Amino acid sequence: MSLLTINNLSCQKGYNLLFDKLSLVINSGDILRITGTNGSGKTSLLKILAGLNTPEQGIIHLDNYPVKSEKYQSIIFYLGHLSALNSELSCLENLKYLNALNQSVDEQRLIDALNRIGLQGYENEYCGKLSAGQKRRVVLSALFISDAKVWLLDEPFTALDPQGVELIEQCISEYCKQGGICLFTTHQDSTLSGQKVLAL
Amino acid sequence: MPVYHTPRLYFKWAKGVGIITMNIYLQTLKRDLNVAIRNLSSALNPLLFFIISASLFPLAISPEGTTLSQIAAGIIWVTSMLAVLLSLNSLFHHDFENGVLEQMLISHHSLPLLILSKIIAHWLLTGIPIILLSPLLGLFLFLDNEGVKILIITLLLATPSLSLIGAIGASLIIGIKNSGMLLSLLILPLYIPILIFASSAVSQVSVGLDISAQLYFLATILVVSLMTAPFVSSIALKISLE
Repeated sequence: MSLLTINNLSCQKGYNLLFDKLSLVINSGDILRITGTNGSGKTSLLKILAGLNTPEQGIIHLDNYPVKSEKYQSIIFYLGHLSALNSELSCLENLKYLNALNQSVDEQRLIDALNRIGLQGYENEYCGKLSAGQKRRVVLSALFISDAKVWLLDEPFTALDPQGVELIEQCISEYCKQGGICLFTTHQDSTLSGQKVLAL
Repeated sequence: MPVYHTPRLYFKWAKGVGIITMNIYLQTLKRDLNVAIRNLSSALNPLLFFIISASLFPLAISPEGTTLSQIAAGIIWVTSMLAVLLSLNSLFHHDFENGVLEQMLISHHSLPLLILSKIIAHWLLTGIPIILLSPLLGLFLFLDNEGVKILIITLLLATPSLSLIGAIGASLIIGIKNSGMLLSLLILPLYIPILIFASSAVSQVSVGLDISAQLYFLATILVVSLMTAPFVSSIALKISLE
């Protein structure tokens, strides 16, 4: 059982107060969809939870490990809205490096993940030659091999076709059934069952 | 070190003492080298600048051997410094733009060591070619044999410092558009002691003076920058990405 607790979290960008005294308790198996207008603080919240940004105030703990601690960072998986791929490297090389930053995975599992997301035969294709949707699929394939306790996904469905969205929703659903926690931002409607919604 | 007779036990021991986790740092180094090799035109840019600008001096000043031999060390050192400066913009820029730097920052691996791997890759791609090309340019500029030898030693001691110190500047300006001028303003003053000691070592050896002080000073700069630059750079990156 994992527990992500957020206490009195406030975030300010320039003169804009994005959110103030936000408190949440997210349990194992929870799916939290974060919605809101552009600039409402969805990405900022995920970045704070990932340890990339520092909030004005507030405390974040995952299983009693504070944010930015080595243990906390080792059990989260963050996916920003940037591709996180280098166009000079192949899909497999990019995926191998991204995973190596989090965990050691053998090459066959990476190839299987690419196959599962619908990129069979693309292992050695340079990412610079892929479409935006295919690039997104390469990064999202890391979800199939992630053993992190919490997934923080910023706009995971961007550039994906309806089949791709369904595949990722299935993946999130299975992961949370097994006790994972998933927080994601989106502007699209999501059919994920049992999801909670946080409107910023 | 305990003696283990099976690979599995050795693996456990290596994991325990951190040898296995070293892998990510080697992977970062390999990745950066791969990216540079596949984008060869960008990687060769600073080297072409180094060769072209150094070979223009005889045309602009004088082709006479006695004049050139006096200023050869200065020419090679200034052009190599500017070549390194030219290549620094790309040290973190691509990883910042595509989001890989974010992943490095949130990784549980040591950020200063990840940065050090990138700096080593940068030195292998710019420092080493400069060191290999400088004897040829030295001879081309009528530098004597002893001068060429000391030039290589100073470059070996000081080009890693150029990459290390440069990484601090590169991480401070990340996210700022058209920041080439700002990088020069930040970094060039820090390069001045290296320039003074390295070029004076080459000039003084030609007249038979002792140069051990200059070499010790360059070695000290290297050790201090090696100990501090990856940490300062990682703090600067964290601040820049907030």
